[in-house]
Amino acid sequence: MRALSFPLYLSLLAFLALPVRAELSLLNVSYDVSRELYKDINPAFAAEWQARKQARIEINQSHGGSSKQALSVAAGLEADVVTMNQSPDIDILVERGALVAADWKRRFPHGSAPYTTVSVFLVRKGNPKGIKDWADLARPGISVIVPNPKTSGNGRYTYLAAWGQALQKNGNNAAEAQKFVAALFKNVPVLDGGGRGATTTFTQRDIGDVLVTFENEAALIADELGDERFEVVYPALTIEAAAPVAIVDKVVDKRGTREAATAYLNFLFSPAGQQIIARHHFRPRDPAVLRQYAAHFPAVRTFTVESALGGWAAVQKTHFADGGIYDQIVEHP
Amino acid sequence: MARRHKSVLPGFSLTLGYTLLYLSLIVLIPLAAVFLKSAELSPAEFWKVVSAPRVVASYKVSFGLSLAAAAINSVFGLLLAWSLVRYSFPGKKLVDALVDLPFALPTAVAGIALTALYASNGWLGKLLETPGPFIGSLLAALWLRLGGTEQAAESLSGACVEALAGWGVKVAYTPLGILVALIFIGLPFVVRTVQPILEDLDMELEEAAASLGAQRWQTFYRVLLPILLPALLTGFALAFARAVGEYGSVIFIAGNTPLVSEITPLIIITKLEQYDYVGATAVAAVMLLLSFVLLLLINVLQAWSGQRIRRGRG
Repeated sequence: MRALSFPLYLSLLAFLALPVRAELSLLNVSYDVSRELYKDINPAFAAEWQARKQARIEINQSHGGSSKQALSVAAGLEADVVTMNQSPDIDILVERGALVAADWKRRFPHGSAPYTTVSVFLVRKGNPKGIKDWADLARPGISVIVPNPKTSGNGRYTYLAAWGQALQKNGNNAAEAQKFVAALFKNVPVLDGGGRGATTTFTQRDIGDVLVTFENEAALIADELGDERFEVVYPALTIEAAAPVAIVDKVVDKRGTREAATAYLNFLFSPAGQQIIARHHFRPRDPAVLRQYAAHFPAVRTFTVESALGGWAAVQKTHFADGGIYDQIVEHP
Repeated sequence: MARRHKSVLPGFSLTLGYTLLYLSLIVLIPLAAVFLKSAELSPAEFWKVVSAPRVVASYKVSFGLSLAAAAINSVFGLLLAWSLVRYSFPGKKLVDALVDLPFALPTAVAGIALTALYASNGWLGKLLETPGPFIGSLLAALWLRLGGTEQAAESLSGACVEALAGWGVKVAYTPLGILVALIFIGLPFVVRTVQPILEDLDMELEEAAASLGAQRWQTFYRVLLPILLPALLTGFALAFARAVGEYGSVIFIAGNTPLVSEITPLIIITKLEQYDYVGATAVAAVMLLLSFVLLLLINVLQAWSGQRIRRGRG
């Protein structure tokens, strides 16, 4: 007796062959605010890939809080590439299960970060409180909106920007810096969970004299709500936040997508990719593109976590770990 | 005869086995994972994590406000259920459906809506924070209606604004805001548990009590409340449990000020954000334990009140 009829055999074979014949796809696991950016990047890259390879490619996106996304990838979400807003969220993938190669920062130009942004102030139109620089944020009677540094990368950068500039101003005196940051955080009435929440508090609830946030978020607010209600103030010295990207080695080797994933991330550094990045108010790395959009990106003196604060591992340990300086500041105001 | 006592109903071992298996798969194993993970800490480390001042403050906020919200819902939920069952009025079906809305609404939506309403620039928040102008203009309008002069009305409203200055209440971004959110999400539980009992309750019982000379208050207190109490306690327990675990809506309205308005779930999330899995599970374990003890207490209370009724009837 024949176990299976011939047509059944055929359909079974076809079914088994399906996954192989399915078109090439990549999963990009990213943070929250990059949603609009990758909505423009992905079709542009797919078109370029089509022209070069005569093959279709599909890019799937997953967005969420940066650290939560990193945890999902560590727990088994099959991301071909990760595009985050702070390097600890990629370092964790090196530590957990060696999903990403330890030298990921050297795989692509500019420390594998295709764009940066800086922390700026958004104040109400006409700047009624005369907020010009960091020192003004610690003045009594000023209300400052900052997202929670414990839950938000945006808040962490704000905290570190305040800390780093205070260090420079006070000749690297950490005690003075702590005093300054403590005074600043005493002026924070609401600690929202994320950057978008802080934006809502400042713009919709009319709470606070100044919102400290990323330049791209400030530009987005101006785009969405019109320029007549708010204006951006650039402090004399601020932090530069680089958005790092990496290939998830274990996943691309398993899925056979290394070539496509590499091309995808390289596209971010190409002139075409940099153009899209600049249009989304992120500071491009390409000097030509940066010049083209110079009006949107005023020159500002910056430092980075690596250049001024000893790197993320040290910062995490001294500032944000339980019992660290941030906890001391908020628990004993 | 040494025969085992058997239940009249067949399939006892089968159903018990199924119950235990299902409970284990759905409830016990995931919860055991929490305790196992937190056991990676030494007892001293565990204690240090779960007794940090910020964490302890968050227990007080989470459990205190959840109990308060459940208590408030028990009173007003009972009233709501009462009027839904005992009276008929136009739009009753609509009101009945409205009760379930907090169930269906994504909690973040509830949080955003409540914050918009109760923030200093929202229309309830404005009223509560600076009640002077509103009450003043109300009084002035009344004064004019009564035939008073415009000048007197103006000075009346001015005096009112002055007298009430500093008397406002801030709701959004304070623990009070958390309470409002927890009351909102917990409301359906009490209404929906009490409602069927009320529907089954015969009016004759109250009539009998009245004909035997009971005052209205006595009828409520000695006849109705004992019957309603078990259901009311169930509603209380459900509303409480829901409130303790709530994150989405609270986070928007709380302000999240350390030591003042941080809820325990936020502490757990912050630990996860820092990749401190073990610390997060330690706090979660304490939270589970506290919740379990409180729910057990409520269950014991409920069993006791149920017994009292049966004894009273028998």
